[in-house]
Amino acid sequence: MAQVTLDRVRKTYPNGHEAVHPCSVEIPDGELVVLVGPSGCGKSTLLRMIAGLEDITDGALSIGREVVNDRDPADRNIAMVFQNYALYPHMSVAKNMGYGLKNRGASKAEIDTKVQEAARILNLGDYLDRRPSQLSGGQRQRVAMGRAIVRDPELFLFDEPLSNLDAKLRNQMRIEIRALQQRLGVTSVYVTHDQVEAMTMADRIIVLNGGRVEQIGTPTEIYEHPASTFVAGFMGAPPMNLMQAHIADGVLTLGEETHLPFAAPAVATDSVLVGFRPEDVRLGGDGSMMLHVEIIEELGAHRLLHGKLGGQPFSLSIGKDEVAGLGAQPITLPRDRIHFFHPERGTRI
Amino acid sequence: MKRAGFTTVWLPVALLLPQLMIIAIFFYWPAAWAVQSSFYLQDPFGFGSTFVGLENYTDLMTNVEYAKVARFTVIYTVLVTFFSLALALLLAVKADTVIRGAKSYRTLLMWVYAIAPPVAGFMGLMFFDQRNGPLTEMFQAFGWEFRLGADFNSTATAMVIVAVWKQIPVNFIFFLSGLQSIPKAVREAALIDNRSATGRFWDVTFPLLAPTAFFLLIINITYALFDTFGIVDTLVRSEPGNNPVTLVYKVFVDGFRGNDLGGSSAQSVILMILVLVLTVFQFRLIERRIHYT
Repeated sequence: MAQVTLDRVRKTYPNGHEAVHPCSVEIPDGELVVLVGPSGCGKSTLLRMIAGLEDITDGALSIGREVVNDRDPADRNIAMVFQNYALYPHMSVAKNMGYGLKNRGASKAEIDTKVQEAARILNLGDYLDRRPSQLSGGQRQRVAMGRAIVRDPELFLFDEPLSNLDAKLRNQMRIEIRALQQRLGVTSVYVTHDQVEAMTMADRIIVLNGGRVEQIGTPTEIYEHPASTFVAGFMGAPPMNLMQAHIADGVLTLGEETHLPFAAPAVATDSVLVGFRPEDVRLGGDGSMMLHVEIIEELGAHRLLHGKLGGQPFSLSIGKDEVAGLGAQPITLPRDRIHFFHPERGTRI
Repeated sequence: MKRAGFTTVWLPVALLLPQLMIIAIFFYWPAAWAVQSSFYLQDPFGFGSTFVGLENYTDLMTNVEYAKVARFTVIYTVLVTFFSLALALLLAVKADTVIRGAKSYRTLLMWVYAIAPPVAGFMGLMFFDQRNGPLTEMFQAFGWEFRLGADFNSTATAMVIVAVWKQIPVNFIFFLSGLQSIPKAVREAALIDNRSATGRFWDVTFPLLAPTAFFLLIINITYALFDTFGIVDTLVRSEPGNNPVTLVYKVFVDGFRGNDLGGSSAQSVILMILVLVLTVFQFRLIERRIHYT
């Protein structure tokens, strides 16, 4: 178990591309931190630098108390679970799990005990003699997990481990991985592009965009107080409604004479971005705020109404028991759930 | 699902005919002819032949010279196969890690492939020239009086070196593509599991290359046995004398120089059986044990 510290860690490729801008993060012992962002945001590069599979251009990476920049991956006391499992196709399940231990000089009895233990935890007992090609996707995923836990690492690294599984299995494995991580108490870094995985699994989320850290925080902090329009739009499905509002004499106007009943924030610009989570907005009201519903998405547990508010796209989530039709619908925007962002920089105000 | 098919029998037959004719004319007919003539003793002047049954075969079995050539062929095949595979694998592993200028580096290594065996043999002649061949001089510097074409061991060494040199590019191409088809993540997983590069190679990389290696093993054995004819012929300068020759070359010498068509045919038939055994061995025994997917 160890804490992980990234001190201005940076990655520049020989062609000059800056994949990761200087990034400083402290991951406390035993936490599961999720790196999330769209593809190409540098989250995998960052993870691979922690693993030692990618050189660190600048900065210092410490696992425990030691700087490990120049250590081989095998000497960092880490275990990694890869996206496509990366099992050794010519080895049995037991050999796959024991290979790392064998190379560290563990005795045969010790390897056996640990492999058996991992197999028991992961329900792989009946498959120890099989080859990976004889297993299903979910079982391979478990073997990859087993390979990681038998090593007793200080740090788990997960590189989109669930993206090759179907939706149902993904939900199940998500819970299993989280439960396992909490039980073992091993510090973990988990990379995903799936914001649901990020929200549900993380102790702390790091949102990356274009090689830069946009925000670091607990899932609740990230969701309730997004630091930028990027985070607001990326975390949450459907994303937060972001509308351009004009400020004149302290009055916020969306366009088409739709005035918002809130005081404008104190900004130097003459406009501001106003954000509302779709589930924060309520249907019904005094008629001063009318949403022109164009499409209704039926999701079973709830419904999504998509339409226009003051000429700008707006979505609203309602419970399955609420009734709504197409056309103009009165809505209420709760004052305490409003988010303001800078119109150009996109930063939270 | 509806199966697409021909409405008449004649079209598919007509389409297959050219291929079948090539096989029949250039393989089955000569093979049948060789089997037939191996039971006859030809008149050296071409005036006729006498049926002698299995005498040509029994003669071969008791022939000391034939046993000697067979022994040399086995040693030669083992050496050529081993060194051309091992060196090609080494080069492929090294080329695989090259990042800068990888393409030109690989092209350079493959170039030798384009050289025809007799030309390779001829280049060997120059390298091993008695008066000013660089390799001859090198061997002499190490105190070995190297005499190509006059000394058995010298000629044998030259034959192995030229044959290996000629075969390395083919093996290199296959090994390199084999290496590159190993998933990157599997190698990275090994990087985390094992700090020793040698250990990773033998535990992970090599087993995953095994299907390629086995395919190449068969190809190389066949190459050393049969396709080195041009190299052998050039290096012994068509004068076997005291020089080592392979079984295939002996077929040629006995049949076309010695005019012993019957004996030479019997040797050919033995080689055909050898190829057959090799093929069955390939399909039945080993191939089954090496595939993972």
